[in-house]
Amino acid sequence: MTMKKILEGSKLTVAVEGRLDTLTAPELEQALEPALEGVETLVFDFASLAYISSAGLRVLLSAAHVIDARDGEMKVLNANKDVRNIFDITGLTDALGVE
Amino acid sequence: MKELSVQATAKNLPQVLEFVDANLEALGCSPTDQFQIDVAVEEVFVNIASYAYSPEEGPAAVRFETSQDPSSVIVRFVDWGAPYDPLARPDPDIRRPLRERPRGGLGVFVTRQYMDGVDYQYRDGQNILTLTKRL
Repeated sequence: MTMKKILEGSKLTVAVEGRLDTLTAPELEQALEPALEGVETLVFDFASLAYISSAGLRVLLSAAHVIDARDGEMKVLNANKDVRNIFDITGLTDALGVE
Repeated sequence: MKELSVQATAKNLPQVLEFVDANLEALGCSPTDQFQIDVAVEEVFVNIASYAYSPEEGPAAVRFETSQDPSSVIVRFVDWGAPYDPLARPDPDIRRPLRERPRGGLGVFVTRQYMDGVDYQYRDGQNILTLTKRL
């Protein structure tokens, strides 16, 4: 898993590439913790995300809680159909702002 | 039947997924089926790594089989740790609003959604968790 963060004002875009699983999700979580400071709009670009398990969903839910608590906005863009499906079956499509 | 023996620790997850994926690829399994089987395999293996021998470490076996009519993949996990039925947990309520949703508890739920069969048995000192998916 690799990630790229772009901060424009209070909007943070995080592009994640590869696999978000039990071993890599904690890396994303640790990177997000300081990065979310002052962020009101959080965008995940999953165009190059091949795989996500419940460990990845946990990190996204945490981020959504943080953004929601400050009345911000979160979006998940460009997820492939298998990644979208896991959001759908777990009822997270709307909660995570999956487009 | 193909079998992989590994220490049940989360850091061996890539080795387990490589074993399962190599067998799935040999069958010509679709990328979507492979994604869903990988997710289920990860959840089960990480559960064993977390609970079976905690706080020690111990072995696990991953057995890969196929069956016909209907054409199915069967992945069986065996460990010799404490009896632990991951299926005993209640499903999370996925209709609750974001603010009320806990972060965890989705792993077993997703496994059940993606597999056609998830079966747990404790027999002769072995935890045996069997995943079945029709192809």
